[in-house]
Amino acid sequence: MEKKFFQTSIKDSLFTGLIALALFGPIVGLRTVAKNEVLEVHPKWFIVLIIVVVCAVGRFLTNLYVYNRDQKTGIQSSIGKSISNFLDTKGYQIALTAIIFSVIFPFLPFTDRYLMDIAIMMLTYIMLGWGLNIVIGLAGLLDLGYVAFYAVGAYSYALFAIHFGWSFWICLPIAGIFAAMFGVLLGFPVLRLRGDYLAIVTLAFGEMIRILLLNWYQLTKGPDGLTGIPRPSFFGLPFKSFPDEGEQTFHTFFGIEYNPMQRIIFLYYLILVLALITNLFTIKIRRLPIGRAWEALREDEIACKSLGVNPRNTKLTAFAIGAMFGGFAGSFFATRQAFISPESFTFIESAIIVAIVVLGGMGSQTGVVLATVFLIGLIEVFRDFESYRMIAFGGAMVLIMIFRPRGILATRKPTITLEKSSSK
Amino acid sequence: MLSISNVETFYGNIQALRGVNVKVNSGEIVSLIGSNGAGKSTLLMTISGVNKAATGEIKFDEKNIESLPPHDIVNLGISQVPEGRRIFSRLSVEDNLRLGASSNDKGKNFDNDVKDVYDLFPVLKDRLSQRGGTLSGGEQQMLAIGRALMAKPKMLLLDEPSLGIAPKLVNQIFVAIKNINKEKKVTIFLVEQNAKKALELADRGYVLVNGNVTLEGTGQDLLKNKDIQAAYLEGGGKK
Repeated sequence: MEKKFFQTSIKDSLFTGLIALALFGPIVGLRTVAKNEVLEVHPKWFIVLIIVVVCAVGRFLTNLYVYNRDQKTGIQSSIGKSISNFLDTKGYQIALTAIIFSVIFPFLPFTDRYLMDIAIMMLTYIMLGWGLNIVIGLAGLLDLGYVAFYAVGAYSYALFAIHFGWSFWICLPIAGIFAAMFGVLLGFPVLRLRGDYLAIVTLAFGEMIRILLLNWYQLTKGPDGLTGIPRPSFFGLPFKSFPDEGEQTFHTFFGIEYNPMQRIIFLYYLILVLALITNLFTIKIRRLPIGRAWEALREDEIACKSLGVNPRNTKLTAFAIGAMFGGFAGSFFATRQAFISPESFTFIESAIIVAIVVLGGMGSQTGVVLATVFLIGLIEVFRDFESYRMIAFGGAMVLIMIFRPRGILATRKPTITLEKSSSK
Repeated sequence: MLSISNVETFYGNIQALRGVNVKVNSGEIVSLIGSNGAGKSTLLMTISGVNKAATGEIKFDEKNIESLPPHDIVNLGISQVPEGRRIFSRLSVEDNLRLGASSNDKGKNFDNDVKDVYDLFPVLKDRLSQRGGTLSGGEQQMLAIGRALMAKPKMLLLDEPSLGIAPKLVNQIFVAIKNINKEKKVTIFLVEQNAKKALELADRGYVLVNGNVTLEGTGQDLLKNKDIQAAYLEGGGKK
């Protein structure tokens, strides 16, 4: 029994090695070099050999420890289980710790400009993940074009701020409303679509918005992008090192030294608050009839209809509200970067946000945070190894799929739980 | 109360109902029996507006409802317990019940309304925080009926409530249906393959064959009918 299993594993891993050879042989092994106007092929068989061995041995090990369900000592049943258990039972404590940590984070001794920038970027993705979680996790509508709303929010903020000179706090809700309107615009034609078909149309919608931004030169300056987007001010007090005559700035008002970190810290808290509002909103709305209707719609549309839930309005509100938070995040993005172009809103952004939601465990708020920290953090850690970043990204996804196939925090508690044995 | 005249419904090119005429009076229990594919569920779906009738008229309390969307029909007082129960398996039992109250008062009197459901099916009260999918088949059927009652309907459409449920629980559910009719004064339109049980319970019954109503009469008359005995009741009827 044991021996037979061993044999099949070896066979399987040899086969894997063969596939790896077929794949990587031509791709990695053969390198063309232009020499004296002649194209020469330089083979690199040693690297191919390493890759093939890694694949075969890796396959053998996963066969032995991950897929072998009889063997109680497998990774899946020891480390995997304990991680799973920890995440499942301590979800609330993890969330609380994370919030406290993020509040004091800017004042920790090791925090520098670089870490702050990463933290701000992560929080932006967390907010986008939470916003998309309303659409995917709660309402069950697979939206692959979420970046469109991010773009609409960013561009409407930028255009209003540049042309009308309105402040961040006026433009923010306007950007949200615009994004929500685009959400409804997307929602109407896709009301009858489900699953894969919905995904395809939303994907196309995302691309349409990007191409529109690229080509509507008079409004969006096309590929040149919009520059000079005003920075947010601290309730009317700008962050400037040299204030104009008679102008109050943040540091003169509080009577402190000017430091460029002040603006960064302000931006950090701004996105933290915006993200937490998104989270709080989602938690609250799940207990309201509309939130419950979203979740019911995800479960069974026909049952919803027969219970008197209006599927049209329910879907449209999910799209609109999800889009609105995307728009908020977009205007934050615009004001932080001070420059936006269609480059920032490509499909890969949508894919990353969807990956965050799905890998985090659809519908799980804490899962979104963990997945963001994991994925974005990984991309940042590998920043120095340029070309290996995407490999690390893909590898992280594969690992999550092997160990937590339904997302990092897959088990979702019922929305409402009662105290144990309150009644006899 | 409900009158269906000459209703025809199609799935693409396939005609499922060929001019159906059915009447349900206020306070009655009416059963519709028929074999697989006769169009029973289609008729219920057409009444509740999930499927649309191509031709014909459906009147509820003298109001035409054949072109209304499903949520408006629920608001008028027709609730449906769909075939196969279709409870929301990943939501809690309480959420399922609250969703039943999504129409009319949006669940403002939830605590009050839900007591009636607990009276009918006490087991649901113990299961309140459990996920719907963890209930047994019979409990799920109770939940589905309870959920439909949360909309406070004047009329309840039941689609095969005995489907895939232990025989002991089937009896319990039929007793509950009778109670809903007698005590809560809810008119019942019941679709069943279990012809014997359905006709015993019913004041009146209809037989549907290939999208046509071929027979109608009181429950007792239909039970004694030779053709029905041969087609649906022979050997103790279909399970």
